[in-house]
Amino acid sequence: MSTYGVKYDVIVVGAGHAGCEAALASARLGCKTLLLNLSLDAIAQMSCNPAIGGLAKGHLVREIDALGGEMAHNIDATGIQFRTLNTKKGPAVRALRAQADRFKYSQRMKQVVENQKFLDLKQGSVVKLLIDGDCVAGVETRDGVVFAGSSVVLTTGTFMRGLIHVGLNNYSGGRAGEPPSFGISEQLHALGLDVGRLKTGTPPRLYSGSIDFSKTEEQPGDSPIRPFSFLTKEIKTQQVSCFITATNERTHDEIRAGLDRSPLYSGVIEGVGPRYCPSIEDKVVRFPEKDTHQIFLEPEGVNTAEIYPNGLPTSLPADVQLRFLRTIPGLESAEIMRVGYAIEYDYVDPIQLKPSLETKAVNGLFNAGQINGTSGYEEAAAQGLIAGINAVMKIQDKEPLVLKRDQGYIGVLIDDLVSLGSKEPYRMFTSRAEYRLLLREDNADQRLTEIGRKLGLVCDARWQLFQNKMEQLETGNKILTEGRIVPSDKGMLKHLGIDAISNGQSYRDVLKRPDVTISQLVEKCADLAKLSSEVTEQLQIATKYEGYIKRQVDQVAKYNKIESIRIPAEFDYAAVSSLSAEVREKLENVRPVSLGQAGRIPGVTPAAISILSVMLRSR
Amino acid sequence: MTDIIVAPATPVSDGGIAIIRLSGMDCLSIVKPFFQTPSDFCDFDSHTLYYGHFHNADGNVVDEVMCVCMVSPRSYTGEDVVEIHCHGGRIVVRLILDTLLEHGCRMAQPGEFTQRAFLNGRIDLSKAEAVADIIASRSELSASIAADQLSGCLSKKIYEFRDVIIRILSLVEAYIDFPEDDMDAPHIDSIDSDLSVLLCQIDTLICGFEEGRILKDGLSVLILGQPNVGKSSILNRLVGQERAIVTDVAGTTRDLIEECVTLSGLSLRFIDSAGIRDTNDPVESVGVDRAKSQIGSADLVLYVVDGTKTVLSDFNEVYGLLGDVPVIILVNKADVAGCTIPSFLTNYRCLLLSAKDGSGFDLLADEILDIFKLSGSEQRESYLVSDRRHRDALLRCQQYLLQFKQDFLHSCSPEFLSIHLRDALSALGDITGETTPDEILNTIFSRFCVGK
Repeated sequence: MSTYGVKYDVIVVGAGHAGCEAALASARLGCKTLLLNLSLDAIAQMSCNPAIGGLAKGHLVREIDALGGEMAHNIDATGIQFRTLNTKKGPAVRALRAQADRFKYSQRMKQVVENQKFLDLKQGSVVKLLIDGDCVAGVETRDGVVFAGSSVVLTTGTFMRGLIHVGLNNYSGGRAGEPPSFGISEQLHALGLDVGRLKTGTPPRLYSGSIDFSKTEEQPGDSPIRPFSFLTKEIKTQQVSCFITATNERTHDEIRAGLDRSPLYSGVIEGVGPRYCPSIEDKVVRFPEKDTHQIFLEPEGVNTAEIYPNGLPTSLPADVQLRFLRTIPGLESAEIMRVGYAIEYDYVDPIQLKPSLETKAVNGLFNAGQINGTSGYEEAAAQGLIAGINAVMKIQDKEPLVLKRDQGYIGVLIDDLVSLGSKEPYRMFTSRAEYRLLLREDNADQRLTEIGRKLGLVCDARWQLFQNKMEQLETGNKILTEGRIVPSDKGMLKHLGIDAISNGQSYRDVLKRPDVTISQLVEKCADLAKLSSEVTEQLQIATKYEGYIKRQVDQVAKYNKIESIRIPAEFDYAAVSSLSAEVREKLENVRPVSLGQAGRIPGVTPAAISILSVMLRSR
Repeated sequence: MTDIIVAPATPVSDGGIAIIRLSGMDCLSIVKPFFQTPSDFCDFDSHTLYYGHFHNADGNVVDEVMCVCMVSPRSYTGEDVVEIHCHGGRIVVRLILDTLLEHGCRMAQPGEFTQRAFLNGRIDLSKAEAVADIIASRSELSASIAADQLSGCLSKKIYEFRDVIIRILSLVEAYIDFPEDDMDAPHIDSIDSDLSVLLCQIDTLICGFEEGRILKDGLSVLILGQPNVGKSSILNRLVGQERAIVTDVAGTTRDLIEECVTLSGLSLRFIDSAGIRDTNDPVESVGVDRAKSQIGSADLVLYVVDGTKTVLSDFNEVYGLLGDVPVIILVNKADVAGCTIPSFLTNYRCLLLSAKDGSGFDLLADEILDIFKLSGSEQRESYLVSDRRHRDALLRCQQYLLQFKQDFLHSCSPEFLSIHLRDALSALGDITGETTPDEILNTIFSRFCVGK
């Protein structure tokens, strides 16, 4: 065993979407950081869908960007099709989604990591954590190299004791073609952490030359494109289309005929899979009345022939996969390049984490991404960013960054994880956010840029842009309040499509009318026309949805009141005899940091919260 | 904690005076519009009692009352407190509470006045444990009363309401979160019928609360015993009228018969039940099961035996069913010569009486009062409060659903519709417990084939 000369502040294990954000955040905050990965040819891999964003996930990416993370830049630079979803619905539930050239995505992220000051990228498979008392002290690799570090961030993805299933065949692997990792989960278990098993799956990859796209429906991207990052002015990459086809009864017959060799239905797979990402065999079995399921054919890049058939994750045997694929219009002669598979892996129930993502059991050890029972690149990146920041805060003896549920989806995500734990892979949905109207993609910068700036992650360019936007917003608000339309202003009224008004009205009042838009006002008001379109959009949202937004702001005020009542880490629940044994056990298990968090633990009653509020006051 | 809470501060019973207490910033402003004095004074002085009339929202006089305002911090809770001293009748208290609840108050949680007093430093900080105990015990009692109140079909209905709302919400949420799963917009037809039925049912239920029909008041006293020992005669004697059909035929009473009686200011609900025996008659057998099922929710059991019989079969078996419920054994037929308390009953709380001539009934009243005084009934949250709490929850739920309907008809974007539905669920949550986002997601994934 040899000790590597340098002592690192932060060591990040795993260079996926969580690991890269964690390492970059730590290094950008000036800490000597090491990023270790099993293979340096697999940085920021998209193991499944070659896409970033979507409902709630796009929101997460915008928040990561506002805090100074990398994901938004990376997809803006390598995206090959961009679309805004839910354009016909309100602004809070519009979200951006982009197809990535997954090879370029990975390459670019590797470059960013390599060029980052204070960050070392090295290849190595970590087999052991070094523990000193109840603190983490570093890691040891399979090659016998020891790296000393003050904090360690584990982002192990699906690699810990990964087991790949294709039909009834199974073998050890962390991702198709890559070995799993052994040692860490066993050690975590020995350290007293509860380690569980989850499952996820991916579809086969198809050869584009074997697909008859003329039998499918083309789905082009948006034009013009709205980028992910607040800093991106323009998307310069080549744009491509996706194609839509669908399964039919013949497909479903082939799938049913293969069920006897499905690891899912024969009981071989023990891990719990995600409900929201069911395998095609699951969909066919659970919804027999549906005679067709949509399939999106997504290119994995511009310089590759691999096609990702979105909607077809499966762990059926390879021969069954081929048979059912060939019943689908356009795929009659399809060739599989990589077979679809399911993978089981170890995770650590996040109920064992503090809201900083540090484990309660081991000081300085942080978990982020799939190890916490989540799924999705965006969920992983969000946790990675926060874990990286808090690993630094820990070393510098500062308060950790804990975002609240009204500040962002990141806050909702982490609060859910540490308060509720996860028993199946957790994916973000907008329905999980109780203050959904306030957590929009368009205002992620207004919610988080200042926090990022205070931390030191927001560069001057971003800060300048943000301040400029805030100044313009102020100006715009002033114009809306002071600008008036009088009854005699016939031209203006006609322009706005209003018959007549009896008294003068402010621009704001007029804008509240359902049929009036801000762009109509902009056309007639030179001062408003000077403002950027992002700013006028903000003005419009704030005005049009004022009533609803106010309702949520009031709810937030209530939430913050109870959230601000802290529960000390050493609080002795056993001494509160008026709490029932059941409630006491739940509180001791989670050890909530605030009265608000206590109230979100399932089974903790309102009466228990009243009792706690009394006991906390008496301290 | 700026919201204004209200609750009766005295036990609610017929006769005497009741005090209704409000606490919270500027709670006087809620009371003022409904309080009218004969003289035209301008404003309340703190800690001064005023005479006047309490009107409801329609301007009709509810009661002659006295009203006092105690301005923060010199009050029980440390917040602004208003007390309305009214006549003690249940209806008066109910009408005043309803008026206040409809105009910005909410019903206090069990122990909440005490909790606020403590948090505002009006109770010595060293008393934290005692305050916590009060909250715990009152919450427990309140929960058991609510369970009693909501037994059977009422509770079933409210859970059904919740399920319908979740179903509508899952449509709305699926439409938001799965734009790529060819989810259709929630269609007017699919939601409209569900919603109309739901609103109609809620309305019916609220009307029932309005009239106090749902109110299950008082302590429940279950009359139990073998067939033909005189249970129904005892009920008739207690009620003072021929309420139950009395015959010589064993097994005459088959369903439960309930009657309310006020005994020295204590409200009691007597429940006469079918005699407990093994029977082949299907109707009677259901009656026997109902009698047994009442035991758990009873506050007191009057176990009736026939004093002219020396051997009592099955006594231990039935007695064993009673568990922790207090029992008075009534040895009936004292008017018949040779009727005595059987020797094996001397260790029990026993009373010799006659339903026929009424002897022994005055002692029965004392015994009952004695038992309830010992159990500290004044500490309990009353049925009336529980009842109003439920009405309040349903009313708020209804309001949110109406807002939903209006926005839905105006084709509002789904995320706004969701807000109303979530608030409606949260209003019902006071009765059913909180509905978590995961329950809604569960419904989505079980109903729709979404996700890729």
